[in-house]
Amino acid sequence: MNLKYIFKRLLYMASTLFGVSIITFFILRVIPGNPIVMMLPPQATQQDILELKAQYGFDKPIPVQYGIWLKNVVQGDFGVSIHMKQNVMELIMERLPATLELVLVATGIALLLGIFIGTVSIMKKDTIVDKLGSLVAVLGLSIPDFLWGLLFVLFLGVFWHFLPISGRIASMYTLETITGFFLVDTLLRFDFKGFYSAFLHLILPAFSLALPLTAIVIRVIKSSLLEVIKEDYILLARVKGLSEKAVVFIHSLRNALIPTTTIVGVQFGFLMGGTVLVEIIYSWPGLGKLAVTAIITRDLPLIQGVVLVLALIFVIVNLVVDLLYTFMNPKIRYG
Amino acid sequence: MADKKKARLVQARRFLSNGKFVFGGIVLLLLVFTSVTAPYIAPHDPNEQDITATKIPPFWMEGGDASHLLGTDSLGRDVFSRLLYGSRVAMFVAVVGTFFAGLIGVTLALFAGFYRGAIDNLISRFVDIWISFPPILLSIVLMAVLGTGLTKVALAIILVDWTRFCRVIRGEVFNIRERDFILAARAIALGNLRIIVKEVFPNIVPLLTVLVTLEMGIAIIVEAILSFVGLSVEASVPAWGQMIALGRLYIHQAWWIMVFPMMCIITSVLGLNLLGDGLREVLDPRLKVLGMK
Repeated sequence: MNLKYIFKRLLYMASTLFGVSIITFFILRVIPGNPIVMMLPPQATQQDILELKAQYGFDKPIPVQYGIWLKNVVQGDFGVSIHMKQNVMELIMERLPATLELVLVATGIALLLGIFIGTVSIMKKDTIVDKLGSLVAVLGLSIPDFLWGLLFVLFLGVFWHFLPISGRIASMYTLETITGFFLVDTLLRFDFKGFYSAFLHLILPAFSLALPLTAIVIRVIKSSLLEVIKEDYILLARVKGLSEKAVVFIHSLRNALIPTTTIVGVQFGFLMGGTVLVEIIYSWPGLGKLAVTAIITRDLPLIQGVVLVLALIFVIVNLVVDLLYTFMNPKIRYG
Repeated sequence: MADKKKARLVQARRFLSNGKFVFGGIVLLLLVFTSVTAPYIAPHDPNEQDITATKIPPFWMEGGDASHLLGTDSLGRDVFSRLLYGSRVAMFVAVVGTFFAGLIGVTLALFAGFYRGAIDNLISRFVDIWISFPPILLSIVLMAVLGTGLTKVALAIILVDWTRFCRVIRGEVFNIRERDFILAARAIALGNLRIIVKEVFPNIVPLLTVLVTLEMGIAIIVEAILSFVGLSVEASVPAWGQMIALGRLYIHQAWWIMVFPMMCIITSVLGLNLLGDGLREVLDPRLKVLGMK
């Protein structure tokens, strides 16, 4: 892997983000509903509106506004939220760990579940497990995460009061954040009851996000295992007299993991920006919920900030996935 | 002549012996049927409120009423009638959204894949930027810009999802372009546009059909998502997503308000996905060999 390639990719990444920021900025300027008017009491005069507009820089031409915004962003200043009167970057950094923790756990579940079901259904083809695996794969793809979320709320939260369906942790465990990851924070304090509570709160939202992804993992594992199994070196392993388990787990699975990593990586990027509805359903204080509030209150600096941060995460994840792919697959070398 | 007829018969049998295709086809036909005939078969006006008959459970439960098969919602509106009318919204966004998203995506993909070079760079670059937007947030932002309404929802779907078509079809055009019959067409000096329309396009149709069925399912889900955050059709239009959003508020007292529209969405999307799977298996047996069941 050479540095020139990485450098080229970084440049490409920067230009993508530049494009994203321009498009967001201009789309948001044509949004109906004036955030300034929404801030002021109804009896405010035209003069008040103009003054406040000038204060936020909304009186200048849009390209000039963009120039000022970009200059500040490059220096790490995303401005101040109109609605919440708080630094945009601070707001985002407060919510980011919640979303990240949720998405990481969901991805972990999807990987474990998907690889397990995928391999078992290849090894025991046309058995009940295989059929069950296909069913999970089909249902997982057809039921989007927020419908899973609502189903879980209905069956496990309302009918049986089985698991908590709101928030990240029971309110008695309100704690000062260290990392922002509640699972980690509680452990760092040796607060095992708090950890258990945070864990329980994570289960339903994480599974809601994980099931569609699990379906994807099952499909990829199955199709790449089937492809790999026909290769010569697998035949060789069989000829050597290795057991079927050894053939599947040691020789085939390792190669099937390459496409799986790629797809799960890309999906992870999508998931970071796709938690909106699950966060609303489970009152999860993450980025998605913040973004929707920002859109509804026409909080332009905050929307811009969230969209840009999510796009940044998306392109970084994609870059890492690409590099990992080259790293894992010696057949590919980009120049 | 007879051979052609026979070939057609064989093809038809291959379609009909594919369980996924048949199930998906039935679901799609049912959707088309209910969306066309909703005004004639719905037992009630979907917007007729009756505060004396709110949250009546489905007919088989205690307190149920045979005139409201699937019960009523918090305003006393008939859930079954609203579901029937809701299928119109679903079909509208699915058909209109998918058609135009496909039109834009495929056109750009054909040009990018066929001409390559600068045109391809430009289009691919734009697609890369566009997919870096979190799609759900982008659609919500677009709805905030466009305002609510049925056509606006379709427009948001088109603007977000055309990239799905563009990315996949572009790759396929890349492959087709290298095949012999394209060389032959060039050799007899056919114009580029003619080659694209007459030679390349017919060859992407199998893949396109599959993408279309998948996108129709996605469009139905996107409408539900937008309804859920209150940025979809007007409140007077019964839509599945809105029914779910309303039902969620009464989840403890009247589960049926939320569950039935959810079942409608799940069945529709499942049906369309299976239709796509079935089509893929029948139209492209190559994929089946590779295990892409």
